[in-house]
Amino acid sequence: MSFSIGSSSPGMGPRTVLENFGGNQREGEMFNRDVVKRMLLYLKPYRWRMGLALFLTILESGLTLLSPYLLKEATDSYILKGNFPGLVRIAIYLALTFISLYFVSAAQRYVVSWVGQRMLAKLRSDLFRHLQRLQQGYHDRNIVGVTVSRVINDVAEINELFSQGVITLIGDLLVLIGIIVVMLTMSPKLALLTFIVIPLMLFATWIFSRQAKKAFRETRSKVAAVVGDLAEDISGMRVIQAFAQEKASQERFDKVNVENRNAYINAMTLSFVFLPSIEFLGMVATGIVLWFGGRFVIAEEVTLGVMVAFLSYVTRFFTPIQELSRMYTTLQSAMAGGEQVLKLLDTPIEVADAPDAIELEEVVGQIEFNHVTFQYRQDTPIVLDDISLTIPARKMVAIVGPTGAGKTTIANLVARFYDVTQGAVLLDGIDLRCIQQSSLRQFVRIVSQDPFLFSRSIEENIRYGKPDASEDEVINAAKKANAHEFISHLPNGYRTKIQEGGVNISVGQRQLLTIARAILTDPKVLILDEATANIDTVTEVLIQQALERLLFERTAIVIAHRLSTVRKADWIYVIDQGKIREQGTHTDLLALNGMYNDLYERQFMGA
Amino acid sequence: MSVPQSGIQTPFLLKKPASLWRLLLRVYGYLWPYWKHTAAAYLSLLGILALSASIPQFIRWIIDTGIGKNQPQVLTWSVLALLGLTLIKGVLNYFQGILSETASQNVAYDLRNEIQKKLTQLSFSFHDTSEAGELLSRAIQDVERLRFLTGRATLRILEGGLMIIVTMIILIVMDLRLGLFVLISMPVLVHRAYYFGSRFRPLSLMIQKQVARLTTAVEQNLRGSRVVKAYAQEPGEIERFEEENQQWFELTRASARLQAVNVPLMFLLSNIAMVVIILFGGYLVIQGQLTFGVLLAFITYMGQLVEPVRRLGIIIPAVAIAGSSAERVFDILDTVPDVQDEVDAQPMAIVNGHVRFEQVSFSYGKQTVLSGINFEVQPGQIVALLGATGSGKSTIISLIPRFYDPTAGRILLDGRDIRQVTLNSLRSQIGIVLQETTLFATSIRENIAFGQSNTTEEDIISAAKAAQAHEFIVRSPEGYDTYVGERGTTLSGGQKQRIAIARVLLMNPRILILDDATASVDTETEHLIQTAFENLVKGRTTFVIAHRLSTVRNADLILVLDHGRIAARGTHESLLKTSKQYIEIYNRQLRHQEGLS
Repeated sequence: MSFSIGSSSPGMGPRTVLENFGGNQREGEMFNRDVVKRMLLYLKPYRWRMGLALFLTILESGLTLLSPYLLKEATDSYILKGNFPGLVRIAIYLALTFISLYFVSAAQRYVVSWVGQRMLAKLRSDLFRHLQRLQQGYHDRNIVGVTVSRVINDVAEINELFSQGVITLIGDLLVLIGIIVVMLTMSPKLALLTFIVIPLMLFATWIFSRQAKKAFRETRSKVAAVVGDLAEDISGMRVIQAFAQEKASQERFDKVNVENRNAYINAMTLSFVFLPSIEFLGMVATGIVLWFGGRFVIAEEVTLGVMVAFLSYVTRFFTPIQELSRMYTTLQSAMAGGEQVLKLLDTPIEVADAPDAIELEEVVGQIEFNHVTFQYRQDTPIVLDDISLTIPARKMVAIVGPTGAGKTTIANLVARFYDVTQGAVLLDGIDLRCIQQSSLRQFVRIVSQDPFLFSRSIEENIRYGKPDASEDEVINAAKKANAHEFISHLPNGYRTKIQEGGVNISVGQRQLLTIARAILTDPKVLILDEATANIDTVTEVLIQQALERLLFERTAIVIAHRLSTVRKADWIYVIDQGKIREQGTHTDLLALNGMYNDLYERQFMGA
Repeated sequence: MSVPQSGIQTPFLLKKPASLWRLLLRVYGYLWPYWKHTAAAYLSLLGILALSASIPQFIRWIIDTGIGKNQPQVLTWSVLALLGLTLIKGVLNYFQGILSETASQNVAYDLRNEIQKKLTQLSFSFHDTSEAGELLSRAIQDVERLRFLTGRATLRILEGGLMIIVTMIILIVMDLRLGLFVLISMPVLVHRAYYFGSRFRPLSLMIQKQVARLTTAVEQNLRGSRVVKAYAQEPGEIERFEEENQQWFELTRASARLQAVNVPLMFLLSNIAMVVIILFGGYLVIQGQLTFGVLLAFITYMGQLVEPVRRLGIIIPAVAIAGSSAERVFDILDTVPDVQDEVDAQPMAIVNGHVRFEQVSFSYGKQTVLSGINFEVQPGQIVALLGATGSGKSTIISLIPRFYDPTAGRILLDGRDIRQVTLNSLRSQIGIVLQETTLFATSIRENIAFGQSNTTEEDIISAAKAAQAHEFIVRSPEGYDTYVGERGTTLSGGQKQRIAIARVLLMNPRILILDDATASVDTETEHLIQTAFENLVKGRTTFVIAHRLSTVRNADLILVLDHGRIAARGTHESLLKTSKQYIEIYNRQLRHQEGLS
């Protein structure tokens, strides 16, 4: 804290004031026992450091209060009495006070941030680890953006309260109380007169923060509208130009742009009223000290030094008041954030390894469904209804059926992304639930319809399932997947980074890479959810070839969309509404002239 | 359409420091339309400075005359004066704030409008190579920094600078020795603040980026959760995340240390200066060379000076950063569109739809995409384009609405070079349906009526019916008012495609450009889209990137493209007899559709 008299500035710019009081708002309770208890547990490993921080905070408050007192001593006992050696001594004390204040507040700031950031990192890490253990069902149900916000934003709000918030509050309260006590001791009459300003400042702050919230929310939504409109313009620019709609889009943008400007000017107006008001109230306090204090000095009721010390103390009223009034919002958002974070941390892991789950040594690759019934949740319809089927090792089975028939669910169950509701899925006669998940997934590999690649290099993506694979292995896998050629034509070859949204390579090429990724891991059982995206002819041929190599000599369950696949399948199951309707080879089923024949004509032959 | 070309780059630091001033000058130029606001704000600043400078004098007067000479009425007058002056100062502060905020918000508003307008004018070659996120960050964050520069930042710099000068003069006049001491201590304070600011800002930016990386890490992990699980890579993912998390911790710790060491240091420096003033000033008071009131006024001046000086030091580095923001913003504004109206371009009347390519070549950078393309299409005919990826099909169709201009040769529409007519009138006669459909975040109705100002409800419905979209639209929660896109219903690929077809049907263009591939859809939808396509093509000159047997069979002219040249041309029957390349494509791509349509 800087030592000063006469002027009391909040030490913040108008924008900062607005953000401090207006931002970070959430509805909810101010105190939640569970949240507080759990978060204190997170602070527990750092209790000594927190203790140290508290100690430093108290020390800092004390030192802050000391300097005006020393100024009073300097005035009364030495300057006005003409005692220079005494003044030198006081000046040394004052200097020492400021120097200790420097070290104390530097250490306090550092320790408090360190604990806060450590706790934040730990909380994020715990959340992330928990997310890795959660079953696929959780990820299918929850929106990615929301979960991300739990891990990044909510956690930060908790931190703001539990480390920085509490300590700062304690420090500010101590300073405020300390000032009040010291002033009362020095001159009760003058002190009480000065304190009139405190409720006025509280009131002004309260009014401001209520208005600021509304105004700030408005600016947030207007900025979001500007970003939204512009983002849409950019992504739809080809359509806008193709339809010659440039003028219309400019007019639309101008509208949100104007609103954004006005919202900001409105919101900032609040700050421009608030800041001078606080400064004026500060001057009222100074004026009271000067007017009454001056009279008391003349009447010799108080010394000039007391008045000088008062002039310095009154400049310190506002900062603690400001922190106190922000406390409510900080509490609310920390509790709300904490609740969400706890909810995520406490989400039960439904698909978990049994304690006696085994690790597989070798796998033949026979898959069996034994009277399997499945529903995603108790209150949702049955997806698979008493399905029994056997897939012999190294055979290829195709599953066909209309959308929503339950095909993808079969794939999910074999990979044990979900557990069956009734019945059992067996691998080589062993119930999947008796096998460690990591072990199961070494042998059973699902290759999904939507070719997801990570924003990493092509090499890292191919190597994904086998991080220690050599460069030769990677290239070989790419060659088998017919991906090597296009990769070598890329400017950075295997080191090319996949861009988000995959703008730098085509959908077909992405599929080739996912095939390469699967080939490299050499699974025994393969579940293939065939993609139906639009792919140019040449790439389509490459994909078919690559898939053939991938499926060769493995147990394969294919959710089929390609004619070539069903033709080659050893056996075909036709699924509809959770039941097996027909089964047999392609020729058998065509001869049946039933559901398969229907599907075949519509789905595989095109219109 | 996806050939890389040197697009906009992202300079992190200015290449030539000398150009900083030119850039800043150009930014300040945007204040010109608001010069009245700006001038008034700066005048207010002068008033505020004068008032601030006078306030300690009243404290001095109170101590020396009011108390020292026992004149209570001086107390009353001085305190009233102090309150009055502070009130005036507050009012001036208010006006200064509003005026400069209004001016600078208007600068941001103008810049954003200009950027958006520019983006609508820039041709496809620009949009092919620029990233949406990058453009957005320039229009939002960079513009915000320029707004800060033209508003508060400049005021603060002037305030700090003037405050130092004015206070220095007053202090030196009041007492030369004390004044000179303060004069020496100020540069130290400014320098420390500058040192802090110039290290703190880059670090903050790095932390911001690291949080973004952390966010991406979580997001990618969640989006790819199936892949993570399928390959049992949870441990690897955790390791990756921990690395980013640790990196974040290190950065924030470095920032915490920088702040812990430097922020209290600035207070310490000003406090030490204060101690020296008290000591030396006290000595002078004891010696009778200075009154106590003057000493207190000195202390008050010091107190008033600290905050602006500290801010001054912190803001200067922000101005340096604004330089690179300015560069990024002007980079967009200064880009010249590849395709624009000729000076003497005329609006084109409704055409018949006769199209002719004469020796058309096109290169993208050094890469030749098309060379010597010649063909002619009669009104109402269908042209099917076939060929491998990169053979030039998309480029040919992009040249007709002038998304790009040919490098050589010309394209005639009803016998007129398309470069002689206005872009607007040309494009409003060409309908386009491509594989990827863009819908806007508004109602289905407005998406269909996109680009048509006066359409009736009947027109929209009949277009939707012909596009086989009416049925699913009326089944949507709010029918034609159903909101699509973010915060609204999400449509399937097939549904989007049909809305795009309805859009073009409503537009009723003479010329049609389409890609007849359908997105991954089920058989029912596939059939519906097919019917929609058939309704669409009727009676229009059509260029189609063909994936279907039915399309090539109906085509009046098939162009087989290979490496930017027409390798063969003719009808389905004639090409089956004459072109080896066509037969190859037919066998691979079309033959399995035989016997079904």
